[in-house]
Amino acid sequence: MPTKLSPIPLLVLRRLGIGLLTLLIVSAVIFWAVELLPGDIATEVLGQSASPETIAAFKEQFGLTDPPMTRYLAWLGNAVQGDFGLSLANRRPIADLISDRAFNTFFLAGYAAAIAVPLSVGLGLLAALYRGGLLDRWISGTTLTVISFPEFFVAYILILLFSVQLGWFPSLANVTPDMTLADRLHTAFLPALTMVLIVAAHMMRMTRAAIVNLLALPYIEMAELKGMKAWRVIAIHALPNAVAPIVTVIALNLAYLIVGVVLVEVVFVYPGLGQLLVDSVAKRDMPVVQAACLIFAATYILLNLVADLIGIASNPRLLHPR
Amino acid sequence: MALSLSAMRSAPFSAKLGMSLILLYAVLAIFAPLIAPYAEQEVVGPTYQPWVAPYYLGTDALGRDVLSRLIYGARNTVGIALMATGLAFLIGSTLGLVAATMGGWVDTALSRLVDVLMAIPSLIFALLILTITGTSVVALILVIAVLDSTRVFRLSRAVAQGILTLDYIEVARMRGEGLGWIVRREILPNAAAPLIAEFGLRFCFVFLFIAALSFLGLGLQPPTADWGSMVRESARLISFANFSSWQTATFGLAPLLPAAAIAILTVSVNLVVDWVLHLSSGLKD
Repeated sequence: MPTKLSPIPLLVLRRLGIGLLTLLIVSAVIFWAVELLPGDIATEVLGQSASPETIAAFKEQFGLTDPPMTRYLAWLGNAVQGDFGLSLANRRPIADLISDRAFNTFFLAGYAAAIAVPLSVGLGLLAALYRGGLLDRWISGTTLTVISFPEFFVAYILILLFSVQLGWFPSLANVTPDMTLADRLHTAFLPALTMVLIVAAHMMRMTRAAIVNLLALPYIEMAELKGMKAWRVIAIHALPNAVAPIVTVIALNLAYLIVGVVLVEVVFVYPGLGQLLVDSVAKRDMPVVQAACLIFAATYILLNLVADLIGIASNPRLLHPR
Repeated sequence: MALSLSAMRSAPFSAKLGMSLILLYAVLAIFAPLIAPYAEQEVVGPTYQPWVAPYYLGTDALGRDVLSRLIYGARNTVGIALMATGLAFLIGSTLGLVAATMGGWVDTALSRLVDVLMAIPSLIFALLILTITGTSVVALILVIAVLDSTRVFRLSRAVAQGILTLDYIEVARMRGEGLGWIVRREILPNAAAPLIAEFGLRFCFVFLFIAALSFLGLGLQPPTADWGSMVRESARLISFANFSSWQTATFGLAPLLPAAAIAILTVSVNLVVDWVLHLSSGLKD
């Protein structure tokens, strides 16, 4: 990064370019990692005793006859258009397997984010406002604890409380496409709450830290000396400068949600992409694993990209160049 | 670092609590065969016994003693996490220190490689690699160590770059010392403190990561006693939790025991790391 001030469009273009390049490299890593597999996918799936004809037919069906570079380009080209090829396990198009599940996964992550983001930014601001107070100490205490808990521990405690003891929410979140939105929100509440608990603590702590870091600066002291109210100092003077770090933390946590969803889906038997991924890893169904990994990795990279772009666009020093 | 006895004595309650719990886990892990009432994979009685003597924490679906498996689990789960973290530090800090010291194309190439590895979420990457290699303990340790070494690389490279600007490095270079000497004798002693604190944090991540993989059925494989897989094996029981009688209550709590074992260890390590970071940063309230 150049140290002198650059105009925003240039920075944005540059970051977009880096993001696209990363996506390309990651897709290559996902494809070639499987290519480097010792042995042959066809014999792996069909067994050692398969006849040469069966193997030839299998290779024909899954397009394994071309050289790897050709196949990589074809795979990437088709994947961009939403066609991921055939599953090894049941020979069905992967796109059909994935579409509903991908929607479910993004629905769950979005649901969790919709609760977690406002909650944690709000509480983080309050903690910064009343530093050293009861809320503040409570937040740092719980953050430490919650970060250390495995997702499934949080999930089972919630199941024990809200599902087994109180019976408010189902412990198995088996959403179906024909559910109404209200039903869906109710069924998916416990998985969403689990993810909220996992990410909210971190976001709160970082929001607080971003604000508190600024409070030591002279211009904040100046505002305080002018006799401004504490909340005004924070909302008008500190917050604009803290937007970039806060948004970055939010996007990082959303990216984490996309990954953390894998475990939560397995606990609640939620029909999402994560569960499909775990099942396919166990079955060693390469094309499905590759497709799911590509979707997860792409979402993760895009969220990081968005975080950086918002960080660039919301930096007051870049918005008002001297 | 001031980790002397007097510093320990003046440690806050939370750090002391963390240290005692870690000590307890260590004793359990090291002396597992002496402490556990039964062997790791021994079928000792009827299935699903309640929490009464001689099965103090009941028995599992195969009639194995849960208490014994928890104690052996400390050995297996923590042992593998320690090995993976140690390997990650060996790879990450060596490459990080060398990259910073040599600079030039070595530094650029290694940093770009790390950027790519970090662009893929580790759980997803680990799942991809474990599909290819199959699940074995060696594959597990190697995959996690390589993925985690990226973060160690970043930290040690950053720390080393700060140290490299100091005069005594310049002096060593002018003396004609080689790369090995500069990294080991000049940089490493000064980079040790932040790296040690980082070790605790990375251990927590690795430990939770292995527990997560085992929980997904892709980490340590049965019949090895391991906390993540124990949660997985007993997960369904939680829907039968019912606090009307001792037997039904303890029955449903089975999956929470190994999960709590994981949680308590990570909390303890975090408590100690928090204190060490506080000490080494020299902050006073």
